Amino acid sequence: MTVEELREVAETERARQGNFRHRITYCSAAGCASCGGIAVHEALAKALKARNLENEVELAGTGCMGLCGEGPLVRIVGDGTLYQRVDVAVAEKIIEEHIVQGKKVAENLVDTTDPFFASQVKIVLENCGTTDSEKIDDYIAAGGYEALAKAVTELQPAGVVEEIRKSGLRGRGGAGYPTGLKWGIVRKAPGEQKYVVCNADEGDPGAFMDRSVLEGDPHRVLEGMAIGGYAVGASQGFIYVRAEYPLAIERLRLAIKHAERAGLLGNRIFDSQFNFRIDIRIGAGAFVCGEETALIRSIEGKRGRPRPRPPYPSEKGLWGAPTLINNVETFANIAPIIRKGGAWFAAIGTPKSTGTKVFALAGKIRNTGLIEVPMGIPLRKIIFDIGGGTPEGTTFKAAQTGGPSGGCIPAESLDLPVDYESLATVGSIMGSGGLIVMDSTSNMVDVAKYFMEFCVDESCGKCVPCRVGTVHIHGLLEKISEGRGTTDDLALLEELCQMVKDTSLCGLGQSAPNPVLSTLRFFRNEYTELLHAPEGYVPSGTANEKSIAQ
Amino acid sequence: MKPRVATAWLGGCSGCHMSFLDMDERLIELADKMDLVYSPIIDIKNFPGNVDVTLVEGAVANTEHEEMAHLIRRNSRIVVSFGDCAVTGNVTAMRNSLTREAVLDRSYVQLADITPQIPRDYPTIAELMTTARPLHEIITVDAFIHGCPPTADQIWYAVSQLLEGKIPALSNVYLRYG
Amino acid sequence: MAILTLTINGEHVSGKDDESLLAIAEQHGIRIPTLCHLDGLSDVGACRLCLVEIEGTPRLFPACTTKPREGMVVSTDTERLRKYRRMIIEFLASEGNHQCAVCVVNNHCELQNMAYETALTHVSVPYLYPKKELDASHENFIIDRNRCILCTRCVRVCHEVEGAHTWDIAGRGIDCEIISDLNQPWGTSESCTSCGKCVLVCPTGALIEKGEAVSEMEKKTDFLRYIVTARQKREWVNLDSDEE
Repeated sequence: MTVEELREVAETERARQGNFRHRITYCSAAGCASCGGIAVHEALAKALKARNLENEVELAGTGCMGLCGEGPLVRIVGDGTLYQRVDVAVAEKIIEEHIVQGKKVAENLVDTTDPFFASQVKIVLENCGTTDSEKIDDYIAAGGYEALAKAVTELQPAGVVEEIRKSGLRGRGGAGYPTGLKWGIVRKAPGEQKYVVCNADEGDPGAFMDRSVLEGDPHRVLEGMAIGGYAVGASQGFIYVRAEYPLAIERLRLAIKHAERAGLLGNRIFDSQFNFRIDIRIGAGAFVCGEETALIRSIEGKRGRPRPRPPYPSEKGLWGAPTLINNVETFANIAPIIRKGGAWFAAIGTPKSTGTKVFALAGKIRNTGLIEVPMGIPLRKIIFDIGGGTPEGTTFKAAQTGGPSGGCIPAESLDLPVDYESLATVGSIMGSGGLIVMDSTSNMVDVAKYFMEFCVDESCGKCVPCRVGTVHIHGLLEKISEGRGTTDDLALLEELCQMVKDTSLCGLGQSAPNPVLSTLRFFRNEYTELLHAPEGYVPSGTANEKSIAQ
Repeated sequence: MKPRVATAWLGGCSGCHMSFLDMDERLIELADKMDLVYSPIIDIKNFPGNVDVTLVEGAVANTEHEEMAHLIRRNSRIVVSFGDCAVTGNVTAMRNSLTREAVLDRSYVQLADITPQIPRDYPTIAELMTTARPLHEIITVDAFIHGCPPTADQIWYAVSQLLEGKIPALSNVYLRYG
Repeated sequence: MAILTLTINGEHVSGKDDESLLAIAEQHGIRIPTLCHLDGLSDVGACRLCLVEIEGTPRLFPACTTKPREGMVVSTDTERLRKYRRMIIEFLASEGNHQCAVCVVNNHCELQNMAYETALTHVSVPYLYPKKELDASHENFIIDRNRCILCTRCVRVCHEVEGAHTWDIAGRGIDCEIISDLNQPWGTSESCTSCGKCVLVCPTGALIEKGEAVSEMEKKTDFLRYIVTARQKREWVNLDSDEE
């Protein structure tokens, strides 16, 4: 395909869509599909067919529309109407009343002027809710693959890296390493063969950002990877996606097939010398395989265990070759940056944390769902304006970011801007985007225990501190939460947490104690209230040398 | 007043006490420096109060041991884990990966010569704990003497230090498991 | 290859840029405790005993897999490191069933020696007393998983030196176990050549010869040096003398 042909496809598709009187989109991502969305789709199609409207109304399954807690969601694209809690009967009503009679179905209307929508800025999720996740032409009509065309035909690889550097984009997997810097290192690393890897092994409890992007807009990720391949000089990419995401895998497979057929992946892309292929590797359910060195070993067909870094994958990665590893959301940001320029992106967010961040809102919050907000937005705005606050009758206690690797942010820090540096000051991390809200009914010792149980389960067992330390930390949390803990146990708990954090081999172990340390920091009283001193209890260290033989 | 010293025997083979006796003529010297107020090797039935130092042999394997451990702790200024079973659980804890029922069955039924039965509901027989534990997991312990058994020299060193009012730093001199 | 100058524990030392900090320290008589490391095998950085401090970063680095940099300032024996090393040994002691008194390698055990080196008076975390299997199905050897510390020396020597890859790891986290072939009794393994290298490199009493009683077995690992130098340099060193 040439650039001209790409534009032609876009034109043709836009014209085709223009022939319809209406465009109805329904969320076809896992969230809505799991609460009756598939039946809604069928009902919509049936209702259209029964009225012979198939040529007047187009029906498209799109990515996540955000308000997952109120799904299934259906949108009438033309006038922006959004319907919530749609079931088969409501679907029928939407067609009959809204499409045929022109009056909205009031009881299922979503107020789109609500701060939930107004406070969001969509870059990564820009196509979610409008374009069909399974049609490449729809993606192209929305400007898709233009960035790849621009990169390959107008920019030098170094120029692409420079644009990414200028954008200030940082790794969205959680650690926030500057993406442009990483691309530059891989580009300059010596080696004939290089690889691009997309980390789609999203595994934090309560996190579904990457899943939604893959399910809703898979081409965006492929395009970002291809641009990465061009920039660093790689001809092969791998997407490492967990097996628990069957819909994402299916959509990715389809997207790769379509992109290959269109010549947007494969040899001589846009008639250039650039070749790029993408293969999918499916994870077998180990959280640790989200750690880049373990992920690489897993792709190589070995046991997914991390190894010490350095060397970093950018120097020695897949099969020893320089490898660019970025997470799904990072790659999803690439195309718009190339399309609109690094400066445009850098103007969004804060100077050090540019752009937007996708969060999965979960826990004790009214609007659970997927949101995208500019970096630096105060946490209060996310929780109360967008999230609608905690359920009736409860008060906000804390928000956990970064899942089992992160920490909690207490109510007194609600005005904290959500960016990499600010979150670190309160002992949490940006993480990949899971945001779990706890209210006054949540017990913080239990929260810490829950995350530690997760880490015990997911530790690969390679290094001693993580393999054994997490078990002991969990045991102490259990003891304390059951009211059997002593002051000695609490001291030991803190000592173990510090040790596991300092000595573990990979990020999993190094960050595993964070939920404990952070709940101890802000909610220490919840621990000490549970401590007990049995009758005759002698805390250690009280034996006094002078007291002997006196 | 001479320091009041006790020794106790929980879930162990008494090898540590045998080793204590192996101090031989040094025992005479010890007798001048301390009062042995409770021990399996003297005939006193109840653990006394106001003890300065208690050496505890053996792991905590049943409810009687557990009670005794707490009694010792309440009445002793310094509690010393005496030998590997008290320090690590050692041989006494080798049964821990088996179930308690399996252990009782093996001991009282399979290996019994006469009247095989698992003793139950006898108020005088202590209940076996699910796992035998090292002493410091039950009560706070102030010093540790290692070895299976500890050598007479180790015990002599530790006791001498304790009688001088010091916590013996065995880690530097006599640290030796097994 | 370049020669670099760095500081270890205040001492100026030099080393090659492709050597590990551990090797450089060793050449200068500076001891760093290790368990999973063994000269002649690849390094995995798993036991974390050899962690060292490097000036300018709060992170700790495993000396066995960390390469030197010019001017690097390394500390191998700080109070924090000593404490962490002792805790690592406590963790290892607590996760297995290590009864020294009834072990074939009692008094010749690397785990035991490390307990002495770290001045481990007692284990402050609760013992886990796991249920682990002992496999005596092999004609000459026994694997007693109760005493395994998962250092993976056996896995590596079998794969890297013998080339059989009989051993590997199954499970994850605290449930990790060394298994032979497709998790079958060692005696039925078709890949095992019965060479016994795994037994000799095992730092504890997890892999032992049959017929040995308590404290009777002493393991010698210098055969590795012989094989590895023979393969790499075509030199056959005399193990009896100190000179190579």
